[in-house]
Amino acid sequence: MNRLEPLRKVVDDALDKMDGVIALRKTSGLVAPYLFRDKEELDELTISPKYPTPAILRLIQTAHPEAKLGIVCRGCEERGLIEMAKRNQIDLERIRVIGLACTAEEAEECRCAKPYPSVLIDTHVGVRTEPVVNKLTEELRQKDMAERLEFWRSQFDKCIKCYGCRNACPQCFCPECTLENDLWVDAGKVPPPFPTFYLIRAMHTAGKCVGCRECELACPAHIPLTTLYTLIREEVGEMFGYEPGVDLEAQPPLVLPMEVES
Amino acid sequence: MEYRNVLTTCPYCGTGCGLYLQVLDGKVVGTLPVKGHLVSEGALCIKGWNAHAFVHHPDRLTKPLIKENGQFREASWDEAYGLIADKFAFFRDKCSPDSLAVLSSAKCTNEENYLLQKFTRAVLGTNNVDHCARL
Repeated sequence: MNRLEPLRKVVDDALDKMDGVIALRKTSGLVAPYLFRDKEELDELTISPKYPTPAILRLIQTAHPEAKLGIVCRGCEERGLIEMAKRNQIDLERIRVIGLACTAEEAEECRCAKPYPSVLIDTHVGVRTEPVVNKLTEELRQKDMAERLEFWRSQFDKCIKCYGCRNACPQCFCPECTLENDLWVDAGKVPPPFPTFYLIRAMHTAGKCVGCRECELACPAHIPLTTLYTLIREEVGEMFGYEPGVDLEAQPPLVLPMEVES
Repeated sequence: MEYRNVLTTCPYCGTGCGLYLQVLDGKVVGTLPVKGHLVSEGALCIKGWNAHAFVHHPDRLTKPLIKENGQFREASWDEAYGLIADKFAFFRDKCSPDSLAVLSSAKCTNEENYLLQKFTRAVLGTNNVDHCARL
């Protein structure tokens, strides 16, 4: 099913009521996020490859808190918005979410457990497809601790410390990043300390990583970062019963005060 | 309210990675890798990710500086280029063309590097031309 024409129609309608809509735009054969305001430009609107648009919403909304903005969201991007809203990074009251379902091929490529939005959206383009099982996660679960450590060591040996995983992540918005703190990470040394560097990021995104794969897509060393974060997300789910990006009301475990057992 | 991405090439080395400068209300605020770019395939190194940082940086030089008596002073472009041309002419004519050498850069385009070697050989009159990638 063609998603592009229906999406253009929905964005066209949204521009009647909103100040602008964040979506992807294709110019000179390449795709980038863009704030559409002029309907004349909608023939340049496109669908893929996806970009970390929730972070761009945060950027624009911070500069223009009063603006009424629309945003085209895939399933992962909607989950990202939910987690960002819980941490007061965006204001859901002033945005309109236009849903876009991923195709079966896109879901397969991302190994996505929920390749469509369903919580914040009022409109929806595309056909919902089935969740995909992450095979690498399953394979790693079969291995023992030493084998898993060796697997990750060989992966992170490739790291060139570009900070791309952090930069691309819509959930990484701290004004000061621990990964730039000399106490934990020496400046100018590559590869960064194993496993500290990677586990700091994994721990800091536990409870808010929604598996959008932007970190993995930005990684010049092709490290399967999303798989690492998926394994931790599953642990958080088992331990705290919390799944990021699913429910607007549920409180993430790292935001709740710890209960002291008496 | 305006947000767009401007396609450009990373200025830091000769690889030629594609990047977008994120422009919010006319100001450069960040960098994004270009997905599907033939060279960089949606990734960047740490330098590319920070390519936006110097654009509006307060320490950035916006006017030519001429050093006199150990102190820099601001000058016009005409004055600065005039001084450079005078010094080149002085060393070429009063010493020898081979008293001069030119270092080009891997950051330049092929065309810019071509121009620089042409300038070195045809105007300055020396074969002393090399580039930073061999330093």
